[in-house]
Amino acid sequence: MTLSKRHLLSIADLTPGDVALIFQTAKSLKEISRRPVKKVPTLRGKTVINCFFEPSTRTRTSFEIAAKRLSADAVNFGSTGSALAKGESLIDTIRTLNAMQPDALVIRHRGSGVPALCAAQVRDCAVINAGDGQHEHPTQALLDAFTVAQAKGRVRGLTVAFLGDIAHSRVARSGIALFRKLGAKVLVAGPRSLLPVAVEALGAAAMPSIAEAVALADVLVVLRVQLERLQGAGVPTLREYARHFGLNAVTMKQAKPDVVIMHPGPINRGVEIDPELADGRYSLILDQVENGIAVRMACLYLYCHERLLHH
Amino acid sequence: MSGDQIQEIFPYRAAWQEPPSGPTVAEPEEAPLTGKEPRHLLSEADMDHAIEQIARRILSDVGEAGDVMLLGIRTRGVPLAEWIAAKVKKLSGHPIPVGSLDINLYRDDLSEVDRQPIVRQTELPIPIEGRGIILVDDVLFTGRTIRAALDALVDYGRPRFVRLAVMIDRGFRELPIQAEYVGKTVATTLKENVKVMLKSIDGANRVVIKEQK
Repeated sequence: MTLSKRHLLSIADLTPGDVALIFQTAKSLKEISRRPVKKVPTLRGKTVINCFFEPSTRTRTSFEIAAKRLSADAVNFGSTGSALAKGESLIDTIRTLNAMQPDALVIRHRGSGVPALCAAQVRDCAVINAGDGQHEHPTQALLDAFTVAQAKGRVRGLTVAFLGDIAHSRVARSGIALFRKLGAKVLVAGPRSLLPVAVEALGAAAMPSIAEAVALADVLVVLRVQLERLQGAGVPTLREYARHFGLNAVTMKQAKPDVVIMHPGPINRGVEIDPELADGRYSLILDQVENGIAVRMACLYLYCHERLLHH
Repeated sequence: MSGDQIQEIFPYRAAWQEPPSGPTVAEPEEAPLTGKEPRHLLSEADMDHAIEQIARRILSDVGEAGDVMLLGIRTRGVPLAEWIAAKVKKLSGHPIPVGSLDINLYRDDLSEVDRQPIVRQTELPIPIEGRGIILVDDVLFTGRTIRAALDALVDYGRPRFVRLAVMIDRGFRELPIQAEYVGKTVATTLKENVKVMLKSIDGANRVVIKEQK
């Protein structure tokens, strides 16, 4: 079994067969993280460079741990303190890193499309998008769908609702695309000003309120409120957001009894989700974190091998 | 994989349900037999007889098989380990635990194989620490699979001893590895391919030799 593309830039790069291969691999690799000695020798001698041009702790840590549990050498590269701060262009930086012969470049950047730009510059190296601007965050979508599949036994036929700031969310963009690809129905709800203009074009149905989306959903994906975006969207205060668009006892009233709640983190407790719900029995938030490592291990294992095939 | 692949990977079971037992079916993606007709080596009855001999020898070596686990190497070692365990139970009246080991993460030839193997799960019903482990595989050839299995094992703990049972020993070892329990030793050439077929995977129990093209 091999993947159909050599880079993971967006969900469009994945066939349903690719997703199944990644999930099967992640399911097998998950057990490694629960062993007393959390390491296998599989990627010994491979180098993974984590290029995080935008601040990130959890995704970077997750990728770093994933690489190390497979025995790859993980190197972290950030924009502060690097040559980028001295005026080097992004393309020169990528070419320089590529000349160091890594097997995978994991790229996080605030500019949409940067990983694709980098992929065009590299040779014999896989590029994995770890979040680019408002475009995509494919490994987050994969770990979300993996977590749903594990909890529910399937993805096909489920209704998944993304709640909050859809317009600026790369998690939502990748998530909508992946859940649709796997046969789920996708709803979105949130402040009208934070829904994309043509959200139907993404394959999602816009709901008039959070409560109405909750009533229909098997899975709720609560998105983080990006505080800086609120004012431009005409939401004056966090309290107002929490009251009308947050997930709380009131908006959860009509929820299905077996609904599950996910959140990509970091959480603004009491804003987009009440603490009782984030920590409650519906919550899969910590499963997402654990599965994130397994899914990223699977991606590194599979994409590092792709490099060998195309060598 | 076919149908809803995700659903096949995550068979749903409620928390109160027992995990499914029995052999797990794995990839049937084999290149079709080409060239000459495969040569018959062992029938189902021959295999059953060989397995019974292996089970008897295991019992005489380890007593009532207490504190010993059979560990089948995926894919075809797993149904063979279950077969041996059934014989042990029949002969002694005592069950013997069976686990499965996936060695793909420990292979030394990942950079050489052109089709990447699917990583399957390792399932150990009991910890291996301090226990006798009998690895079970279908064909012993270069010994590299067993080397990888030994590496995988030590990552799970420190077994009291490790032994090896195989259906077929076909020679051409590249590492200093031998099996204690062998169903049948066969002289082969490097051009030949020994295929142990098992009902749960291949639809029938038999062993054949085919000529590679």
